[in-house]
Amino acid sequence: MRVILVGDSRTVYFLARRFVSRRYHVTAIVKDRAFGEELGEQTKATVIEGDGTDLNRLEEAGARQADVLIALTMQDQDNLIACQIASRVLGVPRTIALVNDPDNEVVFKKLGVSDTVSATGLIGSVIDQEATFEDVTTLLPIAHGLLNVSEVHLPADSPAVGKTLQQLNLPGKSLVGSIVRNNQVIVPRGDTRLEVHDHLILISEPDQQSLDLAALCG
Amino acid sequence: MAHKRIVIVGCGRLGGALANQLSLSGHEVIVIDRNEKAFEKLSVEFSGYRIQGDATEMHILKEARLENADNLFAVTTSDNINLMVAQVARTLFEIPRVVARVFDPNRESIYANFGIETISPTKLSADAFLKRV
Repeated sequence: MRVILVGDSRTVYFLARRFVSRRYHVTAIVKDRAFGEELGEQTKATVIEGDGTDLNRLEEAGARQADVLIALTMQDQDNLIACQIASRVLGVPRTIALVNDPDNEVVFKKLGVSDTVSATGLIGSVIDQEATFEDVTTLLPIAHGLLNVSEVHLPADSPAVGKTLQQLNLPGKSLVGSIVRNNQVIVPRGDTRLEVHDHLILISEPDQQSLDLAALCG
Repeated sequence: MAHKRIVIVGCGRLGGALANQLSLSGHEVIVIDRNEKAFEKLSVEFSGYRIQGDATEMHILKEARLENADNLFAVTTSDNINLMVAQVARTLFEIPRVVARVFDPNRESIYANFGIETISPTKLSADAFLKRV
């Protein structure tokens, strides 16, 4: 796997370290010389100093052979242009952009970026959910955000306590992946009866999730 | 010339001059700039609208009611902002004519190939100089 990272943030540093440890071929295009030197020494990534939205720097970074480009600058416009030039001119099959303004997630997808990551959106939705259901923790979005994995704690007043999963018949079609009860992992079946303080690991569609959370937490 | 609704992104020397001229010719002009002081370049006769904000943010473009515009000229000092705003204006707001200023000639030809109308001051002045050789 050949990965190109664009940007000067700590995220670039940690991703480079992680990808190198998985034996991916990592090239980073950074603007700041001091950051670039540190990155090169600490991670063994190939570092190119310059503008990651510049065709010449992207070619120098081997974009024509790259499998994925990840643009992580603090400027949405730079992330967009880096991804567009990489995919449309240099044929990089997959491009991922950090979006700082969450409204730009939709915009970037319309303009040809394969994937977007919005820190503002992610943190915002975690806080929104916690504000609604204090017994719910969203663990991570998977399958490009089509599914959420979350952990639900059943409070004493939960309408689900005492019911079997079959009786419960979650309206939002979430899947109960496992139940943690007194630090024991239980593989759930239809006749598994829910108890107070059970922790359920749910896999759900984000827009259907709230139905099931209401059924579980009240 | 028919009366048009024209959005200008970036009120620098070029943006300010365009805004003043177009407003004087009777067009409805909306100028967007991040920096309020930039609007000092607008003449006393300028009768258009000023919007202070970052044009890479959708809510600023919505505030400018981009969907009703005939033209958008993206003339900030940043090539990437101009190219992003131009694409958003064309693809999402379907403005009939959108032009972006792009200093870097390489980038200009890339986006010209993508079908974005661009003007490169670097290329224009290089051509002007070369004609005088």
